[in-house]
Amino acid sequence: MLALNVFAQQIAADTAPKVLLALAVLALVFGIGVVFVGRRSAKKPSSGQTLTKQATESPVAVASARDRLSKVRSSFAGAITTALTRSAITQETWDELEEALLRADVGVATTSRVLAPLRELVKSKQIVEPSDLSAALRNEMTRQLSTSSRQLNFDTTLNAPNIWLVVGVNGAGKTTTIGKLSAQQHALGRTVLMAAGDTFRAAAGDQLDTWAQRSGAEIVRGAAGGDPSSVIFDGVARASAKKIDLVLADTAGRLQNNTNLMEELTKVRRVADKGAGKVTEVLLVIDATTGQNGLTQAKQFAQATQVTGVVLTKLDGSAKGGIVFAIETELAIPVKLVGLGETIDDLVAFDASEFVAALFN
Amino acid sequence: MFETLSDRLGGVLKGLRNRGRLTEGDVTEVLAEVRTALLEADVNITVVRDVIERIRTQAVGATSSTALNPGQQIIKIVNDELVAMLGGETLKITYASHPPTVVLMAGLQGSGKTTSAAKLANWFKSQGRQPLLVGADLQRPAAVEQLRVLGAQINVPVFSAPGDPVNTARLGLAEAQRIGKDVLIVDTAGRLAIDAEMMQQVKEISQAVQPKFTFLVIDAMTGQDAVTVAQSFDATLSIDGVILSKLDGDARGGAALSVKQVLGKPIAFASTGEKLDAFEQFHPDRMASRILGMGDMLTLIEQAEKVFEKEKAEETAAKMLEGDFTLEDFLEQLQQLKKMGSLQSVMGMMPGMPKELKNAQIPDDQVKRTEAIIYSMTPQERANPELINGSRRVRISKGSGTTVADVNRLVKQFSEMKKMMKQMGGKGMLGGKRGKGSKGDGIPDELAAALGSRLGPR
Repeated sequence: MLALNVFAQQIAADTAPKVLLALAVLALVFGIGVVFVGRRSAKKPSSGQTLTKQATESPVAVASARDRLSKVRSSFAGAITTALTRSAITQETWDELEEALLRADVGVATTSRVLAPLRELVKSKQIVEPSDLSAALRNEMTRQLSTSSRQLNFDTTLNAPNIWLVVGVNGAGKTTTIGKLSAQQHALGRTVLMAAGDTFRAAAGDQLDTWAQRSGAEIVRGAAGGDPSSVIFDGVARASAKKIDLVLADTAGRLQNNTNLMEELTKVRRVADKGAGKVTEVLLVIDATTGQNGLTQAKQFAQATQVTGVVLTKLDGSAKGGIVFAIETELAIPVKLVGLGETIDDLVAFDASEFVAALFN
Repeated sequence: MFETLSDRLGGVLKGLRNRGRLTEGDVTEVLAEVRTALLEADVNITVVRDVIERIRTQAVGATSSTALNPGQQIIKIVNDELVAMLGGETLKITYASHPPTVVLMAGLQGSGKTTSAAKLANWFKSQGRQPLLVGADLQRPAAVEQLRVLGAQINVPVFSAPGDPVNTARLGLAEAQRIGKDVLIVDTAGRLAIDAEMMQQVKEISQAVQPKFTFLVIDAMTGQDAVTVAQSFDATLSIDGVILSKLDGDARGGAALSVKQVLGKPIAFASTGEKLDAFEQFHPDRMASRILGMGDMLTLIEQAEKVFEKEKAEETAAKMLEGDFTLEDFLEQLQQLKKMGSLQSVMGMMPGMPKELKNAQIPDDQVKRTEAIIYSMTPQERANPELINGSRRVRISKGSGTTVADVNRLVKQFSEMKKMMKQMGGKGMLGGKRGKGSKGDGIPDELAAALGSRLGPR
């Protein structure tokens, strides 16, 4: 197998696109991998057993839950406040700023990226006071978020339904977001039709139906387990026939590493554009509690469906949703809306400076 | 997306590989990489600090005695530490002497409570129990309906009553007693940990049904906030165990470590797919490799096991080593490989692959073209590519809509590949029936570790 690695390196060194060889290596590795698993597990169940035993018995320092609790709690308190009360900028000041960002799920790479220019300014004595440093950081982060347009794209010249497609992982809050969006758009005087493209999750259509009734929207539903593309296509057709302005298309939650489901989503997007209407917005819903995986989500969903905006949900909880800072600044996908609760009015426009300020609270 | 720990450490350790042991300065540098890896895996920063301190002592102490190289040693130390932290006591499911045994599900919105409740019911069923599900999520539209549909799929009855969730739960308990069900699983509405009113409500539900087990459902994608959530729920409900949901995603799942460390309560179950039987008891060792970014191999092997037919694979592997591997076999493998997802992503998951290869673009049409070329060959040609002379090449290229150069390349690369495999087979690099080497059989350490950790009794 070492030979394989050497071999692989050789391929890499040889610049010709020897894709086939690489594939062969893969094929080989799997063949052997499968055989090995089979062989070893057949041969050595006993060694496996001891392995696990060791794992379960190994002496974890047995601190009581209470100890752990208080320990973590105390280190939570005032991560950033102490930084500001110091008289000079020290390593601790930097550590505290860094920690505040990391705790808000901004991520390691993005955190060092935003701190780097400030380090220069401090080095050259352009910033001396800790409080100035903190303010400069906020300003810089807000500035980086100020380039995007956060308007929801609605093409009034279209003379056909605008289609807003809502996508995201399971449990992010897509259906609820559609309900709230529908109410808002309705309040703006637009007529709305919901297309229940989540044909997978049990009772997702019923859930959307409730929101349609609450927000005064029409709804088109398909059979459970049916083809989501056709449900949305039908929704667009109905909207077009009835001169409805906006189609809000729900989709089933899916994890971005599920290739088949992502391909399905690409198809949904393509088919939605084929009918009378036009997809003018693809909203990716991201749960504020999401950690670094949010960046992967954004990349994969953007690749599959050309995402045009992010909706950050559940920001009324204790999570800060810092990952969307990374998503917006690194992938240039603007955050357009923020979800702040379960009632119909709890969907507001994203405000960069408010968001940044909250990261440090 | 993120580098694996070994990739990370590779850069740091390259300079000192020859020295064979780490100075304290080296250790600091290495630990900084470990820290980044853990943070990128969403382990809570306070917990990360804890882990780093535990490892530092061991790393400095252990580096002078070395059978492994420093990188391997550090990875082993980190991995062992994480396994220890994630493992510990496991949750034993026992049953109440006066049935039903009540289980309460709690968690944030969208964490996967309802699905987990159904999966848990299915699990109890497989243990020979007769569960009843109670839909006490009267908040989210159609949540009860969702539970009913799921219940019907696994043949488990679902009880619910409109009005007040506390009362619904109480009525559910009475219903279980009335119809003689021995396990009662109460699904509750998702709530934010900082919503005092809703937390009070779930506390009242808990008091009303007196659960034997209270499970907190945590999404594997959760970031730093996981500890806050876990603490709040534990303070309110006294959690007995954690169910980690959406583990079939590609999140590293550091939240598992954070929650385990903060609560000191076991992670009881992991939810690993959309199907209702994709629910298993938690494996600390697998989770550790996953957090370190080395779990992909496990996933791959799992996927491979599902896709590859074992006997066929064994046959093919033997053929490869003998040098009898034909284009027909290659085609077959390619097709099985394709079932596992995009080749690009499969490639990306392989440990030990050089970066250039990991990032190499493998356009799907390239694969299709390869297939087309092989399809255009006669069975004799596939079995024995030496047969393919000039005029055959022209015919094959026409048949597959490619050029003679494409055909040439395939044939040439195939023969190189075959030669290489035969060499490996001859050297006994692959152990197994040939060599007797267990660890020195040429399997890369990561793969060996991955394979090894798959062998625990399930």
